[in-house]
Amino acid sequence: MTDILNALVVFANFVFVPAVAYGAQLALGALGVTLVYGILRFSNFAHGDTMAFGTAITILLTFALQGAEITAGFLPTALIALPVGILATTLLVLGTDRAVYRFYRARRAAPVILVIVSMGVMFVMNAIVRFIVGVEDITFTDGERFVVSARGFREATGLEEGLAIRTTQVITLLVAAAAVALLFWFLNRTRTGKSMRAFSDNEDLALLSGINPERVVAVTWAIVAALATTAGVLYGLDKSFKAFTYFQLLLPIFASAIVGGLGNPLGAIAGGFVIAFSEVMVTYAWRQVAAYATGGAWEPASLLQLMGTDYKFAVSFAILIIVLLFKPTGLFKGQSL
Amino acid sequence: MNTRAVALYAAMALLLALTGRLMGANYALTIINMGLISAIMALGVNLQWGYAGLFNIGVMGFVALGGLAAVLVAMPPVSAAWAAGGLRVLLGLLLGAATVVALVLLHRRLPAARWRGLALVAAGVAGWLLFRAVLDPGTVAVEAVSPASTGYLGGAGLPVILSWPVGGLLAAAAAWVIGKTALGLRSDYLAIATLGIAEIILAVLKNEDWLARGVKNVIGIPSPVPQEIALQRDPAFVERAASLGLDPVMASTLWVKLLYGALFLVVLLLLLWLAQMALNSPWGRMMRAIRDNEVAAEAMGKDVTRRHLQVFVLGSAVIGVAGAMMVTLDGQLTPGSYQPLRFTFLVWVMVIVGGSGNNWGAILGGMLIWWLWVVVEPLGNWLFGVLTTAMGPDAWLSRRLADAAAHMRLLTMGVILLMVLRFSPRGLIPER
Repeated sequence: MTDILNALVVFANFVFVPAVAYGAQLALGALGVTLVYGILRFSNFAHGDTMAFGTAITILLTFALQGAEITAGFLPTALIALPVGILATTLLVLGTDRAVYRFYRARRAAPVILVIVSMGVMFVMNAIVRFIVGVEDITFTDGERFVVSARGFREATGLEEGLAIRTTQVITLLVAAAAVALLFWFLNRTRTGKSMRAFSDNEDLALLSGINPERVVAVTWAIVAALATTAGVLYGLDKSFKAFTYFQLLLPIFASAIVGGLGNPLGAIAGGFVIAFSEVMVTYAWRQVAAYATGGAWEPASLLQLMGTDYKFAVSFAILIIVLLFKPTGLFKGQSL
Repeated sequence: MNTRAVALYAAMALLLALTGRLMGANYALTIINMGLISAIMALGVNLQWGYAGLFNIGVMGFVALGGLAAVLVAMPPVSAAWAAGGLRVLLGLLLGAATVVALVLLHRRLPAARWRGLALVAAGVAGWLLFRAVLDPGTVAVEAVSPASTGYLGGAGLPVILSWPVGGLLAAAAAWVIGKTALGLRSDYLAIATLGIAEIILAVLKNEDWLARGVKNVIGIPSPVPQEIALQRDPAFVERAASLGLDPVMASTLWVKLLYGALFLVVLLLLLWLAQMALNSPWGRMMRAIRDNEVAAEAMGKDVTRRHLQVFVLGSAVIGVAGAMMVTLDGQLTPGSYQPLRFTFLVWVMVIVGGSGNNWGAILGGMLIWWLWVVVEPLGNWLFGVLTTAMGPDAWLSRRLADAAAHMRLLTMGVILLMVLRFSPRGLIPER
C-alpha cells in the first residue's frame, strides 16, 4: 500500500504538479493567441515577445520595489508589480495597433500579410525587451519558496518520497483560474464581451448591428496584453526569465491554441493542459514510479523515458500535427478561414 | 533586369566598395561571402513564397541540415566508432524509418473503425520501443569512443564541395516528409508546423552526439580552397604577394576569401539561372496561377497540393545548399549558433525587402540586408560614441547606450521590415 502511495507521490511531485502549473501558463498564453485570431484574424507571432515585454517591465518594477523594501510578505513582490506591467503592455500593444496593424485592417489585407507584419513587430519588441533587461537569465521570485516542502511532507506522512509544492505553482493556478473566470464572465455577461463574440462570429453582421470595430479591437488588445503579461510573469516566477525562452514559447503556445481549436477560448485552455501534460509525461523518466508501483518487483534497468527532455518541442509538434491531420479544427471546434 | 534594378545593383556595389575603402578589403570580402550565401537562402525562400505563396518559417532547420551534410560528407570516418556501434545505429535508424512506413501503411489499409486508432497507437509504441532498444546501446558505444575529440561516427571523408549538393538533397528529403504531412493545411498552420520542425531538427543536432558531436561542435572541416598557412609557406605565392605590395599574411587571407567568393558566385549564378528558367517556363506560370488563385487553378485541372510539395522541396533544397556552403566557409558546425531570428526571420526580411517573386530582388535583398546586419552594430557604436563623448564614458546613459548598440540589429531589421511592408510592399525590385 505504501508503495502505491509512494508511486503516486512521485508522480504528483514530478509530473502532475509541474504539468498543471505549466499547463495553466500555456493556457493563458494560448488564450491571448486565440483572441487575436478570433477578432483580428491572424496568428500573432509577436505574442511571445509581448509576454516578454510585460514580464520585463514587471521585473524592473519588482527590483525597484525590492530596493525600496516593499515586498508582499510570503508572496512574490512581482504580484504587486504585475498591474503596472499589464498597463505598460496594454499601452505598447495599443500603440502597435495604431501604428502598424490598423493600416492593414483598413484595407482588409490577407491574413498571411498580417502574419508577416507581426514578424516585424516581433523583431522590434524583441529588441525593446533586450534594451530594457538584456539577454541574461533573470530570477525575480522572492517570498516564501514552498507551500509544501518535501521534507515537511515526508515528516507529516511518514512516506519515503516527498512532495514539494512551490508557492509559485499555487499562485500560477490561482491567478490563472481568476483570469480565466474573469475573461469568461466578461465575454459572456458584459455588453462589450458579447459584441466581441459577435464580431468574431460574423464580422459583417456585427458591423451592421452597429458594433464599433475599433472599440472591439482595442478591448481585445487590452485583454490580450493582460493575459500575455500574466502568463509571462507566472512563467518567469515559476522558472526564470530569458528573452529567448519566451520567443521559443511560441511553439507550445500555438500548439495549445491550435489543438484546442483556434479562436475558441475554451479550447485554448484545454489545449494548454493537453500540451503541458504530454510534454512532461513523454519526457519524464518513469523508472521510480514503475519500481514503486510494482512493489519493487520490477526495477527497470533503463530510465523508462520515452524521449530526452530536450525534445519537448517535438512533443508539442507531434501532437499538433496529429490533431491537424485528423481533426483540423481542433479538439473543440475552432474557426477556419 | 530593368534600369531600376541595374541602378540598385550598382548602388549595392558602391556600398560594398565604400565599406572596403573604410573598413578594409578583408572586412568587405567577409561581408560579400556571407552575403552571397544569404542571397542563395533568399532565393530558396523566394521560390517558396514568391512563386507559390508557401509560408515556410523553418528556414533555420534546412540551413542546419545542409550544415550537417558538410560534416557527414567531408569529415574523415571514425573507424573505432563504426566498429563500436555504427552498424547498430544504422539498424536502429532503419527500424525507426520502417516503423513510420508501417504506421502509414496500416493507416491506409485498415478499415476506419474505432479500433484502428488503438492498433496504430499500439504499433507506434511497439515500434518506438524496438527502435530505442536497438539504437540506444549503439549510440552509447559510439559516443564512448574518445568523446573529447570524436565520439561520433564521422563522415565519408569525401571532398567538401560534394556536401553542397548533398546538403540540398538532405534538406529536400526532410522537406518532402514535412510537405507530405503539413502541406494542404492552411497557411498559418504550415507556418507553425515548419517553425516546429526547425526546432526539432536543431534539437536533434544538439543532442545526438553520435551524429555530429552535438553542442561539442565539429571543427576543422576540410576546406575546398588552399589554407592560409599553406599559402604563406609557398614561396611563389609570397613572391607574387610582394610584387603586389602585400604582406603574405594579408595576401593569403584575401586570396582564400576571394576563392570562396568565386565558388559561391558560381553556385549563386547557376541557381539564379535555373530559377529564372523555371520562373519563365510554363511551370512558373502555373505556379503563379496557383499562388494567385488556388481555386481557379484547381478548376483548370492543376494538382495544387502536388505542385506545392514540388516547389516546397525545391526551395528547401536551395536553402540546404546554402547551409552546407556556410558550414564549409566557417570550417565548423556549431549547432548552438543556429537561432531562428538570424536564420529564419532575417532571410524573410531579405526576401520581402528585395521584392518577393523576383529572383534579382531576392539576391539584392540578401546582399543588402546582410550588409546592414553586419554594419549596424559598429555604426550604432560609433553613433552612440559621438553622442556620449560629451557625457564621458562612465555616465549612466553612456553605459546604457553602449549595451544598447548590441541590440540595434533586431530593431533595425524590424523597423525596415515594417517600413517596406507599409510603404513599398512589393519590395525594392518588384515582380513584373
